[in-house]
Amino acid sequence: MSSNKPQAEAALFVAFNALLIRDLHVYFRSRGTWLNPLVFVLMVITLFTLGIGPDPSALSNHASGIIWVVALLGIMLSLDALFRADFDDGSLEQLLLSPQPLYLAVLAKVLAHWFITGLPIVLASPLYSLMLGIPADVIPVLALGLLVGSGILSFIGAIGASLTVSLRSGGLLIALLTLPLYVPAIIFGSQFVQSAIEGWPLMPTFSMLLGLLIGAIVLAPIAIIGGLRLSQDT
Amino acid sequence: MSTEASNNSTLAPHSEVEPSLVLDSVSCERGERLLVADLSLHLVAGQGVRIEGPNGSGKTTLLRVLAGLSQQYSGTVHWCGKDIRQSRSSLAEDTLYIGHLAGVKALLSPLENLSWWASLHISSGDAVSKAKLLAALSQVGLERFANTPCHQLSAGQQRRIALARLYLSEHRLWILDEPFTAIDATGVELLEHRIAEHLKKGNMAIVTTHQAMQIDGFTRCPLTSASSEEEAS
Repeated sequence: MSSNKPQAEAALFVAFNALLIRDLHVYFRSRGTWLNPLVFVLMVITLFTLGIGPDPSALSNHASGIIWVVALLGIMLSLDALFRADFDDGSLEQLLLSPQPLYLAVLAKVLAHWFITGLPIVLASPLYSLMLGIPADVIPVLALGLLVGSGILSFIGAIGASLTVSLRSGGLLIALLTLPLYVPAIIFGSQFVQSAIEGWPLMPTFSMLLGLLIGAIVLAPIAIIGGLRLSQDT
Repeated sequence: MSTEASNNSTLAPHSEVEPSLVLDSVSCERGERLLVADLSLHLVAGQGVRIEGPNGSGKTTLLRVLAGLSQQYSGTVHWCGKDIRQSRSSLAEDTLYIGHLAGVKALLSPLENLSWWASLHISSGDAVSKAKLLAALSQVGLERFANTPCHQLSAGQQRRIALARLYLSEHRLWILDEPFTAIDATGVELLEHRIAEHLKKGNMAIVTTHQAMQIDGFTRCPLTSASSEEEAS
């Protein structure tokens, strides 16, 4: 039995890799999934700059809140597709029936999704920070906050996606289910940027964000697995 | 759970533990309708069962219960002496399920699709070699299309990608829901041959189909009474 353990671990690794790579392959072949959230974020931020007007101080006062809410919406809208295609073509059945732990499978799927939605939004953050008049020295802090925050948003949003996957149109329901859960991430996320702008210490809010991320990674997959199993019973 | 899982994978596919599937007064409901009522069935090594019944009689519902996908049933199902509600992992290791949906991604090639499936379901410790995957694809006549995106293939060819799993599988229980759909006559013949081979090795199969099927060792299990009684009441 002891000789068998490394083999089982290797099989785990193979399954995790296969899921991650397959999902990334699929995403890269359908450009819309990874371009749309990014374009959405850029367009909404542009609308804010037009709506609030050219006054730089008015813009930068609200910049951190605007960026976080828009990033949240961009990620949330893209999450509807996370499990839907797999549900429709039957891959989800095969995934749920795999003897490999579902926890890792869910982790791989959410991670792949974050790579193509959350990460581009983080990487583009210097661009729209400048549009909103955020000081240049705050931009790295903002990007760091979004890097951690987008992970939280992806994992929590995936719970909503798993619960609504068997419904024909889950878009708005995902929002209703997950928006309340986003409250802590939004509070600490925009607080983090505000602290950098005001010159307050960063560590307290950053550790809260990290804590939320770790909590989301550990606990969200359990809820996601439950949601996916339920989807097979309807 | 993990010790149990690793124990199972040390055993050869045909271990001393005699495989058996026992259904004890299983009933399934869909909405308000009772589809399968009080079904009891005992399946032993080398035996296959063909679930029969008109459309809407609950064949798919029953198969999804047996595969461990659906939990909405009463009664008990035991796989190798263990209740499948409790030991999902031992059932998952031994079962191959092919449902109505092929589980094939249209954007990927047959080879990519099959390799994804193999890494999830063939737990050999490392990735199944490309040669093995290609051999399985050529068994179902898809070797020329191994790298063509699946959305360019016909419905029957996409179905064949799912069926190629049968040539990689060493699972002890095959659960096949309408496997012959969209498959041509020679394809059906090859498939029957493969299922017969599977049973000869001492494995089991549960199949639904509306087509005639000539395989030795298959018993029939009609699913008509439940739904008609329910409709009458």
